[in-house]
Amino acid sequence: MNIKTRKGFDINLAGKAALQVGNAEQSETFAIKPTDFVGMHRPKVVVKEGDVVKAGTPLFFDKKLEKALYTSPVSGEVVEVKRGDKRKLLEIKILADKQIEYENFTKYSISDMANLKGEDVKESLLKSGTWINIIQRPYGVVANPEDAPRAIFISAFDSNPLAPDYDFLFKNDGQYFQAGIDALKKMVDVPIHLTTDGKAEVSAIFQNVRNVEQHTISGPHPAGNVGVQIHHIEPINRGEVVWTIHPYGVIQIGKLFLEGRYDASKKIAIVGSEVTTPQYYETYIGASVSKFLKNNLKQDHVRVISGNILTGTAIEKDSYVGFYDNLVTVLPEGDKPRFFLSDGWLAPTSRLSFHRALGLLSFLNPKKERVIDTSLNGEERAFVETGVMEQVVPMDILPLQLVKSIMAEDYDGMESLGIYEVIEEDVALCEFVDVSKHRIQNIVRQGIELLREG
Amino acid sequence: MKFLHDILEKQKPMFEKGGKLEKFYYLFEAGESFAFTPSTTTPAKGAHIRDAIDLKRMMMTVVIAMVPALLFGIWNVGYQHFLATGNPDAALLDIIIVGTIQVLPIVIVSYTAGGIVEVIFAIIRKHPINEGFLVTGMLIPLTMPPDIPLWQVALATIFAVIIAKEAFGGTGMNILNVALTARAFLYFAYPTNISGTVWTYLGDKAAVDGYTGATALSIAAEAKAGTVTAALDGATTSWAGAESLFSFNNMLIGAIPGSIGETSAVMALLGAIILVVAGVASWKIMVSGVVGALVMGLIFHLAGSTPFMQMMPHYHLIMGGFAFGIVFMATDPVSAAQTETGKWIYGFFIGLLTVLIRVFNPAYPEGIMLAILLMNVFAPLIDFYVINANKNRRLKRIHV
Repeated sequence: MNIKTRKGFDINLAGKAALQVGNAEQSETFAIKPTDFVGMHRPKVVVKEGDVVKAGTPLFFDKKLEKALYTSPVSGEVVEVKRGDKRKLLEIKILADKQIEYENFTKYSISDMANLKGEDVKESLLKSGTWINIIQRPYGVVANPEDAPRAIFISAFDSNPLAPDYDFLFKNDGQYFQAGIDALKKMVDVPIHLTTDGKAEVSAIFQNVRNVEQHTISGPHPAGNVGVQIHHIEPINRGEVVWTIHPYGVIQIGKLFLEGRYDASKKIAIVGSEVTTPQYYETYIGASVSKFLKNNLKQDHVRVISGNILTGTAIEKDSYVGFYDNLVTVLPEGDKPRFFLSDGWLAPTSRLSFHRALGLLSFLNPKKERVIDTSLNGEERAFVETGVMEQVVPMDILPLQLVKSIMAEDYDGMESLGIYEVIEEDVALCEFVDVSKHRIQNIVRQGIELLREG
Repeated sequence: MKFLHDILEKQKPMFEKGGKLEKFYYLFEAGESFAFTPSTTTPAKGAHIRDAIDLKRMMMTVVIAMVPALLFGIWNVGYQHFLATGNPDAALLDIIIVGTIQVLPIVIVSYTAGGIVEVIFAIIRKHPINEGFLVTGMLIPLTMPPDIPLWQVALATIFAVIIAKEAFGGTGMNILNVALTARAFLYFAYPTNISGTVWTYLGDKAAVDGYTGATALSIAAEAKAGTVTAALDGATTSWAGAESLFSFNNMLIGAIPGSIGETSAVMALLGAIILVVAGVASWKIMVSGVVGALVMGLIFHLAGSTPFMQMMPHYHLIMGGFAFGIVFMATDPVSAAQTETGKWIYGFFIGLLTVLIRVFNPAYPEGIMLAILLMNVFAPLIDFYVINANKNRRLKRIHV
C-alpha cells in the first residue's frame, strides 16, 4: 500500500548527526531502568549488588508478566540497585567488563531456522530479553505472550526531529533483520507489515525482505510513527491486539538465533544544537552518556534528552540512554524570562511556530535548521483554540475531543474516539502546537492507564 | 530588561503563600507574565520544545485585526456627527477628535469593567487570569452605538462576563459569545439606547433637515413598495451633503450610521484577511457564513413578496453588522462549533438565519447578533453529531 499523508509538521533542528561513528571511550557503566518500560508497575529484581552477570542474564521481570525477562546488556558486576521513593526501582547499574561475555542461547544456521517451532521461538525470546522489543497496541506496552496478535507492524524509518538514519544504523544487519522476521513469522503466523519512507530511497536492508508486506508512506512527521501506519493499513478496533517492533528489535532477534546470544550492541546518535560534533557512537543498550558528552558540549546550561525532542525523557549528563532509544538530543535550556516587547509574547520572533499569529515569522523560512530551547513559551491556559491539533494528526481521529474525554474520565468516549489507536508519540505534535500548553501526551497516557485498569 | 525583572522578582515573596498580599498572587502573576514570558521550561517527559505561540499572542492577533475597524469607526463616528449636524465638509482632524472623544471612553470603560471582574474571579477562584478578555474588551465597544451611556457599557460588560462566562466556569467554558451577550443584554434591558435612531452621535447640536436616524437595514425593512435600493436612495434625498448616503459603495466602505465598528464591510474584510492569514480564526466559518447568507438571500430574492425579500442577496453582506459579526463574532473558537465539519454547518446556518431574522423579524432588523447567539446554543449539538459520525466510522470498521 502506498500511503500519502498531508497532516503533520516537520521540525528542522540544528545539530543533525554526521554519518560517521565517533571515537569515544566506551562507557564503563550501563543501566537498565524499569521506568523506560511504560506501564510496568511491579518490577521484581532477581540480582543483588555484587552479582556477576553476563550479557543476557536476567536482571528483573514484571510481576504482571513474569515470563518476559529483562536481561543485562553487557557482562560485568551489578554495582547498584537504585531505588527511589517507596522503594520504587529506578535503575540497575552494571560495571561492564572490557570483553563482553554472553549467556549461551541455542544457535541456528540459516537453514536450521526453517525447522524452528513457534513455541521454541517464543521461549527463546522471553528468556533472552529480546521479547521486550515487542510492543503491543493498544496501550503501547510490552506485549503479552499469551495474546494472539492480528498483525505485526514495523516502521522502517523515523520521521522525528533529528532522528537517526536507519540506513546507517543497520547497514550490515540485513541477514539478521531477515532472520528476525522469519523467527517472528514462525512464532505467530500473521501478516508482518513493513512500512518504508515513500520520500526516500529504500535502504538495502529493507528492500528485499521476504515474509513481509511492504508499504510506503510519504508525508510530514508523524508519518514514520508506526501508529499512523497502522491506522492507514489496518486500524485497530476494540478488542484487537497488534504488535509493533522496532527494526533494531528485529535485528536483535535475528542475532539471537544466528549468533546464539543476546547482543545489545547498538549505534546511538548524539545530536542537537549544543553538541559540538553530532555523530554516531557504537555502544550497548543502556549506555552512560557521560563519555559521549565529555568535551562535546558547546555550553553547560543544557538539557540532555534520551530520545527525540518530542517524546524523549530528560536525563542527567552522567545518566543512561533509555532502553528503546538510539538517540540522545541536547538542547539549550530556555529558562530565561523574556520581556514582552523585546523578545516576549508581543515581539516579532523567529522562534519556531506551526502558527502564523502576530509576529510569528518562522513560517517564512520553513527549511531553516533551528536552535530551539526548552522554554514553554507561555503558560498553561484553558482550551481556547480549536482546529489546530487536527492539522498535525494524520488519522481519522478528533484529538481535542479525545483529550477532553480523557480529562472527563469518560470511558465510552475515550474508546469510541480512538484511544486504542494512539500512544504518546502519536499526539506529541499536538502537545507541541497546543496554544494552551497542556501536557497532551501525559493526558493520553493517563487515559490509557484508566482503560488498562478498568 | 533584567533590572525590571529583578524588581518584580523582589516583590514576589509578598504575593506568595504566607506573604502579606497572598490573595493577590494571580494579579501579580498576571502583571509579571504580561511583562515577561515566564521562565517555565517544558517538563522532563514529553515534548521538550514548544511552539512559540501562546494565548496572549493569539488574542493580540485578533485585537490587531480589529484595529482597522476601530480606527474607521472613530473616523465614522465623527464624520456622521458632522454630516448629521450640517457640516459635511468638516476637517479630518475635527472628525477624528470628535470620534475619539466619543469612542475612546467606551473602549476604556469596557476594558476596565471587564478586567476588574476577571481579576476578582481569578482571585476568588485562585486561577491565573486568562487573556480571553483582551478580545472581548475590544469587541464590546465596537458593537455599541456611538452615544451609548458609559454606565450601560460597564453594566453590560459586567453582566456578560459574569453571566455568560464566569458562571460557566471561565474562559474556554462559555457557551455564548461574551461580547454578543453584552450587546444582547443592552438590547433587552435598555432597548431605547440601542435601537431606533441612536446610531449617530449628535452631541448637543440639532440634526439638519432631512436627517434620518435610521440605518440601512431599518430603511430596507420598512420599504413597502418599489425596491430597497430606491428606498435607500430616497431616504436621504432631502439631507444636504448626504444624498447618496446609502449607495452600495458607501455601505461597502461603511460611511453610514451604525455601531462603532460594524459599519464597514471593507474593514471587516481587512480583519478577516489578517485572521485567516494568521490562521487564528476559522475561514470555514466565514466562508460558509457568507454562503449561507447568499443562499437565503437568493431564495428570498427569487420567491419573495416584499421589497426587502426581493433585495439582491449580496446587499445583505454589506448592510448592518453582518460582515463584522461573521468575521469577529461567529469565529470565536470557544462558542463556535469546535469540529472542522461542524464549522461549515455552524457558519452556514448563521448566514442563513441572519437573513431570515432580518427579513422576518419586525422588531429587530439586525439579525446577525441573534443568529450567532442562537447558533452558539446549537454548536454543541452540531459537534455532537459530527463526533458521533466519527465514532460510528470507527465502530463500523469492526468486522466480526
